[in-house]
Amino acid sequence: MTLDYAGATTKYEPTLGLEVHVELNTKSKMFCGCATEFGAEPNTQTCPVCLGLPGALPVVNAKAIESSILIGLALNCSIAPYSRFARKNYFYPDMPKNFQTSQFDEPICVNGYLDVEIQTDEGQKVFRVEIERVHMEEDTGKSLHVGGATGRIHGAEYSLLDYNRAGIPLVEIVTRIVPGTGKYAPQVARAYVTELRDILRSLGVSDVKMEQGSLRCDANVSLAPIGSGKLGTRSETKNVNSLRSVERAVSGEIERQANRLEAGERIIQETRHFLEESGQTRPGRSKEQAEDYRYFPEPDLVPVTPDAKWIEELGTRIPEKPSVRRKRLQTQWNCPDKEMESLVNAELLDVVEETIKLGAEPTRARTWWLGEISRLANEKEVAPTSLITSKDVAEIIALIVGGDLTDKLARQVVEGVISGEGSASSVIEKRGLKVVSDDSALMTAIEAAIAAQPDTAERIRGGNIPAAGALIGAVMKATGGAADAAKVRELLLKHLGRG
Amino acid sequence: MTTIYSSATEMAQALSKKDISSVELTKLHLDRIEAVDGKVHAFLHVDSQGAIAQATAVDAKRAAGEKLSPLAGVPLALKDILAQKGVPTTAGSKILQDWRPPYDSTVVAKLKAAGVVILGKTNMDEFAMGSSTENSAYGTTQNPWDLTRTPGGSSGGSAAAVAAFQAPLAIGTDTGGSIRQPAALTGIVGVKPTYGGVSRYGVVAYSSSLDQVGPFARTVLDTALLHEAIAGHDERDSTSINAPVPQVVAAAKKLDVKGMKIGVIKELGGTGFQAGVSQRFNEALELLVAGGAQIVEVSCPNFEYALAAYYLIAPSEASSNLARFDSMRYGLRVGDDGSKGAEEVMSITREAGFGKEVKRRIILGTYALSSGYYDAYYGSAQKVRTLVKQDFEKAFAQVDVLVSPVTPTTAFKIGEKSNDPVAMYLSDIATIPVNMAGIGGMSLPVGLAPEDGLPVGMQIMAPVMQDDRFYRVGGALEAALLSKWGKPLLSNIPELGGM
Amino acid sequence: MAAISRDDVAHLAKLARVEMTPDELDHMATELEDILGAVKRVQEVATAEIAPTSHPLAMTNIFREDVVRPSLTNEEALSGAPAKAEDRFKVPQILGEE
Repeated sequence: MTLDYAGATTKYEPTLGLEVHVELNTKSKMFCGCATEFGAEPNTQTCPVCLGLPGALPVVNAKAIESSILIGLALNCSIAPYSRFARKNYFYPDMPKNFQTSQFDEPICVNGYLDVEIQTDEGQKVFRVEIERVHMEEDTGKSLHVGGATGRIHGAEYSLLDYNRAGIPLVEIVTRIVPGTGKYAPQVARAYVTELRDILRSLGVSDVKMEQGSLRCDANVSLAPIGSGKLGTRSETKNVNSLRSVERAVSGEIERQANRLEAGERIIQETRHFLEESGQTRPGRSKEQAEDYRYFPEPDLVPVTPDAKWIEELGTRIPEKPSVRRKRLQTQWNCPDKEMESLVNAELLDVVEETIKLGAEPTRARTWWLGEISRLANEKEVAPTSLITSKDVAEIIALIVGGDLTDKLARQVVEGVISGEGSASSVIEKRGLKVVSDDSALMTAIEAAIAAQPDTAERIRGGNIPAAGALIGAVMKATGGAADAAKVRELLLKHLGRG
Repeated sequence: MTTIYSSATEMAQALSKKDISSVELTKLHLDRIEAVDGKVHAFLHVDSQGAIAQATAVDAKRAAGEKLSPLAGVPLALKDILAQKGVPTTAGSKILQDWRPPYDSTVVAKLKAAGVVILGKTNMDEFAMGSSTENSAYGTTQNPWDLTRTPGGSSGGSAAAVAAFQAPLAIGTDTGGSIRQPAALTGIVGVKPTYGGVSRYGVVAYSSSLDQVGPFARTVLDTALLHEAIAGHDERDSTSINAPVPQVVAAAKKLDVKGMKIGVIKELGGTGFQAGVSQRFNEALELLVAGGAQIVEVSCPNFEYALAAYYLIAPSEASSNLARFDSMRYGLRVGDDGSKGAEEVMSITREAGFGKEVKRRIILGTYALSSGYYDAYYGSAQKVRTLVKQDFEKAFAQVDVLVSPVTPTTAFKIGEKSNDPVAMYLSDIATIPVNMAGIGGMSLPVGLAPEDGLPVGMQIMAPVMQDDRFYRVGGALEAALLSKWGKPLLSNIPELGGM
Repeated sequence: MAAISRDDVAHLAKLARVEMTPDELDHMATELEDILGAVKRVQEVATAEIAPTSHPLAMTNIFREDVVRPSLTNEEALSGAPAKAEDRFKVPQILGEE
């Protein structure tokens, strides 16, 4: 009998461990001046250093150190007063020197934590994920496999190597094992990676695009019978390319391991690969014996000893934690959960906050950005923030609130700004889009409407107030929407002796 | 008249007075190489075309009245371990057969900028691993003093080229004595600068924490001029010292040791040293005393462990540095018949491309770094390094420079030690401590051993970045020796025929 | 210290990616043992209280600014390649890939 997920977690206690690799968004590589742009022509962003040519030597990118320290500080780590690079020796064709310049026993940041909140059966609950270390290393090149029936590597006739990615700075963030998550292990894993991604984005140190590989997650999972107090043998699942996959990979692995244990089989310590389609994992490269990486201090580089003043200065640049900020803004704006989620997903939090800071009323600011502006952005397949500034939006909202623009006119202003006619105020001026609030101008239009529909006017005079709609509509049409409908109604009814 | 027997200084003067052109001077040397290199085999590649082109360019600049560097137009022989753009660079190994670097090492760039004419690339022990050039994949270099003997190594080709008047200047590298030992065995001057004094960028790495580039010449002043031309901070080498280059040319011209304290290292002499070596060494000390220097005996008790530590540290670093030679990106590829995977082709290529000594050191280094043995071997060796450094610090607290014979014996016969690695390693016993501590040292010819008529070298050592001190002592002693002999030591070298 | 066996050398040769015949392994085992016999002297003085020196210079914090410098051209990058195709290094099939 096979166990389903619920069955698996009723019998077994999962233990989680997560390793996240982050590609930093420095302009140049970790140890040389080659550009780091994604998608360049093959082998056009390489040099003697990142190709591992004989004689080439590395020099550390200062920005990468700075970004690593920022990450450490944001994750509540201690910044090591002395840290070093080491060589991790193993042969692989995508690694030009056949050693990876990494950090071993002297990483730049240690002992941090990240609290994540998830929804449980008992309500919102916070799990603390402890960070063991944050260390710096370099990325490898990319291989392409040619020939063979399936295109899979085992059928490949040869491989092609592109080293553009080789030497791009990577930061690896390693958690301690996370015990006690029980059946929530998959959600905790996802919440951790999500929160981490948001923090990295708020720090501005990485593009954090999982689909492009600038954020990669390896999930370690082990199981032990509940109450045994033991730790089981773990597997390490790689190739987890989205937040949803993180959750699926962990739950899939829990199910797989539970069923093996149920069948009396052993869990093998191995690397596994997540399969996006099935949500299952498959075994990866089997190692005949444990690799011996023969780490030793990198003799071509000198130690990193950041002084306290620098660390302190970097500390002042750590922004508010994204989850804390979200909560604060939600309360301030009195924003429903669903809408908040939409703002976060659409990456509109910053711009809405700016718009509100410029004096816009919170509800209107959210509605405009999520509604009309997002709709237009969708049509054009661009980011909403690339269409219009928070200043223009704030100005438009202020005019709406002040009665100078109707919603309809405002949409025209937005459209004008987007089509490049200038700022909100200049569009209003050029197109003459102000609400007509001059009573005599409105009266002329009202009289014209009455003259055109005498029967309707007569009915209103007779007490049929709802009939006013038709005349108000005619006035609005005549003024091109540039009238305040409430004002028109007031003047019309008064004029017909019903005011 | 300027001939190949002139010093570099004399050649430079003749060039600046336009008594001779650089093209003429270069041709003289190319002719000499043509005439005698069949016997000496100092060169692996003679770049006649490139040399003439460089000489032509210098002559044109001189004709145009441009300000030129002191050594502009003077020819030089380059150890085949330094990358020179477009010119074969093999490091004496079959695995780099036909490799032409797409870039210049910093030293080559500096030489080119100084207008120094590079005649070609000189023979060496494969990857600088050896003390005789017998480990070259391209044949052994013969000592111009006695063609049945080795010129020492690993920079044996550079030393032999200078001794055989094929070039007035040469560049070598010194990891455990690879400049000083061949200089001693061929009767010329060789300097291993302070570690970090000359850029290692573009120098095929053997042992990164020990390797250093340095000059060879027939006089102390010539050596100093070349030293100044190649030294200085390089932002491409993280271990390059960012400080002014010691005033070595001025020091070489001082010709005065009055009041200097000179320490004789008790442990580097006596038992195990050839009688004629000790005799000439002691006579040189007497000349220094006559010049007003004070001789003090000092003890460096930990030097006896330096050799053992060196043969752990250097192979360990080498095992990692040489991992990049895997046939994927450059160099030799063997066994790629379409049926084998990359990993297998790597192993077959490395077996075919590396010589015996290189494999021996790779295996030794792999062992010393592997888990379970690291602390006992690599770790212990690093502690010995600390002790050696401390011995030097204590000694330099008492004296200005330290001296010893460079080698225990004069040049040995080709084949004499090639089957006994441990005996071969012993020839570096006096030079290795300098590399371990990162200080600088000079090898100065002080006579011919009476028993075999072969050159003897004195090693003069100074603290970190005090290289000017050994130039001062070397210059003064050279002058004293010259007035004692009445003619330069090299005038005793047998005629090789040809000119 | 235990003797170095042929299997030990075979393991090291595998880690170092150097193909070796059984004869070579035997020979290397003997040589390695001789050399290790000589170099293990370091253990005589390497006591616990001595700090290791991994580098002759006591420098720290050598960094470069995050500035892009020109790369090699594709042609230069591939100039030494034993084989190339599609602007990439062409190598024998990489087995056991993930």
